[in-house]
Amino acid sequence: MPAANTTTMNDKKYITLCFNDEGPMLQAIRKLLESKEIILDVQTPFPVHGLDKLLSIKRSRIPVGGFFLGILGAVSAFGFMTWVFTVSYPLIIGGKPFFAAPSFIPITFEVTVLFAGVSMGAAMLIRSKLKPDIDFEPVDERITDNMFVVLVDKNGGNTDIEKLSEVLAGIKIMEIR
Amino acid sequence: MFQSPLRNPLIKGQKTYRDVTTQILDPLLSKPGKFWYMGITLSGGAMLFGLFMIFWTIWQGIGTWGENRTVGWAVEITTFVWWIGIGHAGTFISAILLLFRQRWRNSINRSAEAMTLIAVMCAALFPLIHLGRPLLTFFIFPYPNTRQLWVNFNSPLVWDVFAISTYFTVSLIFWYVGLIPDIATLRDKLTKGIKKSIYSFLSFSWTGSARDWHRHEITSIMLAAIATPLVLSVHSIVSMDFATSILPGWHTTIFPPYFVAGAIFSGFAMVLTLLIVARKAMNLEDFITVDHVENMNKILIATGSIVGLAYMTELFMAWYSGVQYEHFALMNRVKGPYAWAYWIMMICNIGSAQLLWIKKIRTSLLATFILSITVNIGMWFERFVIIVTSLHRDFLPSSWTMYKPTIVEYGLVIGTISIFFTMFLLFIRIFPVISISEEKSILKIERACAGRKHDNHE
Repeated sequence: MPAANTTTMNDKKYITLCFNDEGPMLQAIRKLLESKEIILDVQTPFPVHGLDKLLSIKRSRIPVGGFFLGILGAVSAFGFMTWVFTVSYPLIIGGKPFFAAPSFIPITFEVTVLFAGVSMGAAMLIRSKLKPDIDFEPVDERITDNMFVVLVDKNGGNTDIEKLSEVLAGIKIMEIR
Repeated sequence: MFQSPLRNPLIKGQKTYRDVTTQILDPLLSKPGKFWYMGITLSGGAMLFGLFMIFWTIWQGIGTWGENRTVGWAVEITTFVWWIGIGHAGTFISAILLLFRQRWRNSINRSAEAMTLIAVMCAALFPLIHLGRPLLTFFIFPYPNTRQLWVNFNSPLVWDVFAISTYFTVSLIFWYVGLIPDIATLRDKLTKGIKKSIYSFLSFSWTGSARDWHRHEITSIMLAAIATPLVLSVHSIVSMDFATSILPGWHTTIFPPYFVAGAIFSGFAMVLTLLIVARKAMNLEDFITVDHVENMNKILIATGSIVGLAYMTELFMAWYSGVQYEHFALMNRVKGPYAWAYWIMMICNIGSAQLLWIKKIRTSLLATFILSITVNIGMWFERFVIIVTSLHRDFLPSSWTMYKPTIVEYGLVIGTISIFFTMFLLFIRIFPVISISEEKSILKIERACAGRKHDNHE
């Protein structure tokens, strides 16, 4: 039963399909992919499992970046302390050797974690283009509450609401606009 | 055949997604109740007293404290270690329990993480004012300077600076990454006004796009993975402030694991103290159930028993080592002039944790509330015993002396406790105390669980 509540035309480049649960949304996405529609985005109130695979989202490389930045942190911290105590200002402390590697380990570890943590946090914001915006307008206010939204590209007018309603016949849709 | 009993649902009632949003946001969108005003007045008043004592310390110098040449560290370092320890539960809940896929953490991680951040801020205050000249704090950071001198990277005190600042930064990032989707929920619930603008700003224009969620999840799990060794390292390094010295009672290799267990022990106790009140006051009993409390109590049993074992090991090693200084230091704790503190520590920490083996106590909110406070009193005294009893009778009997805190020092302890509570009270008015998106992601399973439980019952 296609429940097209709102069928007002708009000048947006996409059609918004709203669902009230993840089940019908996943069904709809499968149907849309079968009929070769272009899905621009899927917005949900929480991470829906299986969606990554369905939309063939490639696994993020944020951990790889974090790994290398972590290594950079480790090398720079250890290198810096070595340089300080062997080149810049060699100082005998408690009769220990200048290059007292074991006592450099705690700070090396902390700086590693700091670099990896900060870089992954920043990478997430940058890759997802998340930035503070006072006048941000979401596609729909209910997405962060209880609505699951699929944005389908109009594909230069080839795809319209009627066509989608046909494709998705039998799936419980809350709104289509 | 053995069938494991069905566990109780983590979210009570047959809730919809909308119910979860509304119930968690309700305390934020409505006007605060009279208990909130009473609480903030009380803790705010005490905070002013504490702030004045901080001012007085800086104005007059640390001569206003009870420290002397023999006992150079006392209540301030005690409270510093205590706060750092309390902070550990937050990271334990959000990082380690995430890696272990413990779903019950979803309703307590947000507030526990906030508690971590506030506790670390309270802790950081102490080394700062302990310097006597807080304006020179920057000397501890290795920056190129005209004296051409670097900080001593061999010193655990410098390790501490790195450990605690990293800990704070990474915890803040972890907490905020988790908050972004929930701030977006709050933004979308508000219609207009300055509040909406602020939350729009803070939500980083979060849309809930599948790609964003994918990155969000990966980042969260990776941050958890690096925060796990981090949380274990921080209190280990704090313990090395003591363990790397040669003072009897401090110079032991048991300190790092013993301190970490103690930290998680007192941290969970503080989470319980706060949440038992908050769930009632904020109507969140469906999300923070008695089963949550019981789970946390089980962690108290585990960590409390490790702490108890460490106390026994310390005594055993003092005897077994055959070192007369060690032997004296430990016996001085047990029956010296500060024996009262030692026995408060023993009774509060070992006693209260062991009582929790009884299911009736473990599932009683009142008993848990009282025991959680007892644990934190005990853990404060643990650090006091370690620091003061080891220092006050050192190698040179002519310099033996007693230490007595002054009113300024009491003010600092009460002050940070009230800063902590004031900031927590403000936090629960500004951000959702429970992670809304994470609760929604387990809602279906819990609903099914509740249904099955119901069917079985009939």
